[in-house]
Amino acid sequence: MADRHSRSADVSTGGPGVTSSHARPAGATASTGVLDGQPGGNAPVPPDFRTNGGGLGGGGALPRRKGFGAESMFRGLTLAAGTMVLVIIVAITVFLIAKAVPALRADDANFLTETDWFANESPPRFGIAALAYGTVISAVIALAVAVPIALGIALYLSHYAHQRIATALGFMIDLLAAVPSVVFGLWGLIVFVEPVRDFSVWLNKYFSWIPLFGGDGPFGRSLMLGGLVLAIMVLPIITSLSREVFMQTPTANEEAALALGSTKWEMIRTAVLPYGRPGVIASVMLGLGRALGETIALAMTLGFINEISPNIIKNGGNTIAANIANGFGEAGELGRGALIASGLVLFTITLIVNMIARAIIYRRREFTESAA
Amino acid sequence: MTTTALPAPGQAPKLHTKKLPTVAFFGVAVVALGLGAALSYGTGIGGWVLALVLGLVLYLVGVFIAVNAVEGRRSARNRTWSALIHSAFVLAVLPLISVVWTLVSKGADRLDGDFFGSSMNNIGARDPNGGAYHAIIGTLEQVGIAALITIPLGVLGAIYIVEYGRGRFTFLIRFFVDVMTGIPSIVAGLFVLAFWVLIVSPWFNDGAPAFSGFAAALALSVLMLPTIVRSTEEMLRLVPAPLREGSYALGVPKWKTILKIVIPTALPGIVTGIMLSIARAAGETAPVLLVAGGSAAINFNPFDAQQGSLSLFVFQQAGDASRFAPARAWTAALTLVALVLILTIAAKLLARRNRIPR
Repeated sequence: MADRHSRSADVSTGGPGVTSSHARPAGATASTGVLDGQPGGNAPVPPDFRTNGGGLGGGGALPRRKGFGAESMFRGLTLAAGTMVLVIIVAITVFLIAKAVPALRADDANFLTETDWFANESPPRFGIAALAYGTVISAVIALAVAVPIALGIALYLSHYAHQRIATALGFMIDLLAAVPSVVFGLWGLIVFVEPVRDFSVWLNKYFSWIPLFGGDGPFGRSLMLGGLVLAIMVLPIITSLSREVFMQTPTANEEAALALGSTKWEMIRTAVLPYGRPGVIASVMLGLGRALGETIALAMTLGFINEISPNIIKNGGNTIAANIANGFGEAGELGRGALIASGLVLFTITLIVNMIARAIIYRRREFTESAA
Repeated sequence: MTTTALPAPGQAPKLHTKKLPTVAFFGVAVVALGLGAALSYGTGIGGWVLALVLGLVLYLVGVFIAVNAVEGRRSARNRTWSALIHSAFVLAVLPLISVVWTLVSKGADRLDGDFFGSSMNNIGARDPNGGAYHAIIGTLEQVGIAALITIPLGVLGAIYIVEYGRGRFTFLIRFFVDVMTGIPSIVAGLFVLAFWVLIVSPWFNDGAPAFSGFAAALALSVLMLPTIVRSTEEMLRLVPAPLREGSYALGVPKWKTILKIVIPTALPGIVTGIMLSIARAAGETAPVLLVAGGSAAINFNPFDAQQGSLSLFVFQQAGDASRFAPARAWTAALTLVALVLILTIAAKLLARRNRIPR
């Protein structure tokens, strides 16, 4: 619609030669014919007039469309920039596969079921099973801790806190999201590990009959520490998106619930939560994507033992991303290829998780514009 | 019929149900904490943390029972959930305070001229000095180059989506821009490693893979592009249509309208988005680790030889065995957070001041 920058084509004002770029005097063609861009009356129509869109307003007054002008150049430029995103996604896939395949060919073990990662030895034996397990478990711990708390904060900010407090706290949550992950990693490694170790020892003392908390130490740099640090990191993501959604609950729905005599919690349960459910699911998926892909914080807090064990409190645990960050230094030619192969798996998983999250968000048009 | 609903004359209509006084909640809290402490210390199974946790649980139970007795079941549920939501908030603020406190208290140790004026070149395990000058240079150069690459690309891409794009193809671009915001940073690093360092750069470097600050900038670009496209797109959509239509009516071609009318109107918002994405890129460690290699010496040239970065410096010092390394790591972390937060806060204030009225 905006493509037509039609100049005034009024018959009475537009004399011959309004500007030199006009093909013919304005108003030379009657502004009646609209069918298929053909100005009515005039049988021989230059082909470039048809491309100018519908004939409303007398196409005859329009400047001749140039084959290659500033307009088409600019348009092409923006198109190229827009396409870049798709190019990058495809390029990531292509180049990762290109570098991963030789390493996978040389792998002496089954890449999907092997738990050890000896990519630099000969014959190389490496597999992703233990890494994938650690990735999933740390993400699960993170979400199990973060989701209820994040939803609680989101509800607090959207429906309980005073307006001014809510604005200030929302700002703080956004700042929390901006803190680099390496800082959380450092904090987890030096400060947070102490309380987690104490807690692990306590859990082990009284609940060692549960396989999760069994074993006989040492404790501390465990999947639980990594998962809790991750929880703090995904908290702001889930909080800000859910808060956005909760705040967009139609006031009419809330007032209707209150008018029927419901308490505040009943109003939230019947009006706010059902309305926000897709948004909450999407925010959890985004948090999951972040938790699965987080690298540095886990590379600093985990204990690096490649094994599949239900125990989450003893030193150990490793994830795909953390293994890349820590193993890259001593990786040779084949080792790099093996790490790239594991990165390809991570890329695929996070891509799928993110696509599902975005698809859910897109289905609810109401908040596509404001939710990040 | 009407008389039955009205109260007897002289008797005030009862509008309020019975309510538990505020003092009662304090009472319940005190009793719950006391019980929690008694349980925790009495049986000897835990310390003050367990006492607090038990106290909270007992408080929730106590509130439910007390309110249930006086105000009724529905009100009891309401109060308990309200208490839970408030405590979730307190629980989340605790780690935040801890992070800020340790950052400031431990980071202040090495906050001196030496830290900002020297590199880690020739600094051994027993040397207490050494600084992050080389890392700060690296961060600024890498982020600067990444911004130079990404800003034109991102803004133009957003212009295409908002002003030109129609139909399925544009939807596809929008969708993948959103999906791309969630790509792990390590994958971006691996991509540039595979594409630039291992395949392209050997052509300029006598067949050997060249780690460089420029490669890190490329990886950061991959991470910045979707956020810039997304925020610019949102800002362009906020530009009122009558502005565009007025420009078209004056005979201004579309590309000129975009450059002279639409972009200037949305500029504050676009700048905000760019600053936020720069702040995010400055904190990324993993891609720099993979493709810039890290270096202890000062290297001003991002196109040649390895380079460090501030976040990578934190990571390396945290893993260093020297007993002076943690102090350096904390100060570098404090510097990094200050840099990122100043950018973020400035961006948010700018956005607040120049909000386009809808």
